[in-house]
Amino acid sequence: MAVYEQTYKRYAGPLTPEWSRFLIIPRHAYRGVFKSKLFTAFFVLCFVPLLIEAILIYLHHNVNALGIMKTQVQELIPIDATFFQFFVNLQGAFAFVVALLVGPPIVSQDLRNNALPLYLCRPFSRTEYVVGKMSVLLILLSTITWIPQLLLFLLQSYLEGFTWFRTNLWLASAIVIGSVVWILLLALISQTVSALVKWRVVASGAILGLFLIPSVFGEFINVVFLTRVGNLVSIGALMKNISSGLFGTFVQTTGTFRIESFDGTVREIILSEPPLWSSWTVLFGICVVCLAILSRKVKAYEVVK
Amino acid sequence: MALPATAQQELIKDLPLTDPAVIDLLGLSVTFGARPILKGLRGDLRGKAIGLLGPNGAGKTTLIHTLLGFYEPSAGTAQIFGHDIVDQAKQIRALVGYMPERDAFIAKMSAVHFVRLMGELSGLPPEAALERAHEALFYVGLGEARYRKLETYSLGMKQLAKLAQAIVHGPKLLFLDEPTNGLDPPARLRMIKLIREIRDSGEAHIVLSSHLLLDVEECCDEILILREGQIAVYCNLEEERKSNRKFLMLETRGDQTKFVQAIKELGCEYAITGDHRLKIVLQGGVEVRDLYQLAARERVQLRRLSYKRDSLEDIFLKAMENGYGGL
Repeated sequence: MAVYEQTYKRYAGPLTPEWSRFLIIPRHAYRGVFKSKLFTAFFVLCFVPLLIEAILIYLHHNVNALGIMKTQVQELIPIDATFFQFFVNLQGAFAFVVALLVGPPIVSQDLRNNALPLYLCRPFSRTEYVVGKMSVLLILLSTITWIPQLLLFLLQSYLEGFTWFRTNLWLASAIVIGSVVWILLLALISQTVSALVKWRVVASGAILGLFLIPSVFGEFINVVFLTRVGNLVSIGALMKNISSGLFGTFVQTTGTFRIESFDGTVREIILSEPPLWSSWTVLFGICVVCLAILSRKVKAYEVVK
Repeated sequence: MALPATAQQELIKDLPLTDPAVIDLLGLSVTFGARPILKGLRGDLRGKAIGLLGPNGAGKTTLIHTLLGFYEPSAGTAQIFGHDIVDQAKQIRALVGYMPERDAFIAKMSAVHFVRLMGELSGLPPEAALERAHEALFYVGLGEARYRKLETYSLGMKQLAKLAQAIVHGPKLLFLDEPTNGLDPPARLRMIKLIREIRDSGEAHIVLSSHLLLDVEECCDEILILREGQIAVYCNLEEERKSNRKFLMLETRGDQTKFVQAIKELGCEYAITGDHRLKIVLQGGVEVRDLYQLAARERVQLRRLSYKRDSLEDIFLKAMENGYGGL
């Protein structure tokens, strides 16, 4: 079908492998995402904490630099599980903002413009569509979370030596699992909200609300009933517990409460975090609900019964 | 109630069987909730360009969507080029192009970006998709506007962009759902011309769903008329026009009672369509000359005599009046 010929001709060339086609969606989506200078600037800003992290790791192993700064190694933050957990959580917060900026229009603009039949009339399944759309966020968030964190872990291992690497290998898995669970959750929730709400601003508000309102509600339960069960309804608290569990900093008992009753007896209530398995179960439940909604909404045409 | 399988097969038995079936309907039924939409459709469609006709709610769009795998059949199935629509949906989608009825595009994209993306999703490598996107847009007449955002396109341009995305990967079968919807006359003519060109290229079969009989008449060689989810007519348009469907429209003066009686004795079917107006179907062996002789004998003046071939409108209206299979 050359331009000068202007006739209809079938395509007889090679085809791309089917498994790779879901990656077409993020490749084309990034052209739109990075058109916004404001977003690009924010995305660059996301790498600043990583740079600080790298500098801290470097300083720990560079006597000359410490000498110039007139600082002792002991005065620096130790490079341990808490160090990596802090930066993983910090990057997680940046990832949340990126998801808030990129996530809302991800499916909604296709629904608004009836684009789904155009995708699904091709050798491209609904699952590939969902995975493709999800990978827009997953790839983007990976570049600011677990990939650089893992590289920094390798940098620390390189500078500290093989023994440190072998002893702390579990930290690498904590970094990867903690970050991947968080960005998967963000991508899934963003996509689900995007499939339900067609307007970008409302969708952004809904995503924000999904994270904030249950947190407030959970805290309310905690305060009124003197418990920590409320943390199970807060996505933030769930992720905090899971992250602590992965980095080995999880503490079951987070405080005690003394209550004096009218007859003068004093009762001590121990505030216990919900067990880790319950946090994982709730998280799994959220993912199942999101997938069920996506399976209902991502269709070429709604069937009017 | 679904038309019996044998009766539906009867409808298509006269069609030439030289080409393999493009679409084979094997008792295809689709139900939305408790509402049956398609009722046991049977038959194999072989035309180069098949017109899909029917009143609103007859099931035209549902048939296309089911063939594309958007809806699950509640009973029966269908095959496209021998591939089952349920089990081999992906293979089928690699062979077909689809131009939806409603506005459909991806926001914030230029036409060339949009068509390229659609090409890539069909399996074309990025370079080939880009090249063919340019070609397809030139082909449909959007060459000069291909870098403009789709949101800025007029309705006619959007229709052409939809056609471009449907043909970018060079499909073997093209589903066009109301392609001339909302187009002004010049744009409609352009669209019809493109569809005919694709048909005449011999590279793709076309299924054209339309309310506009003229569009179907101009583009299609076969028609499938649906009525209440069943096949009312499936025929080759040209064959149908030729075969014993030559009408004579007569306008007479004088007492035509004896003249009409004489026509009946000749064995011709006739219908009195108004005062001094007759519609006659000429039977084999009866010539126009015989009518003149009859008129002279019965002292009836023939003021006007014209041929009227059975138009698609006649076929359609008869299908709607007579019910399933009636022609």
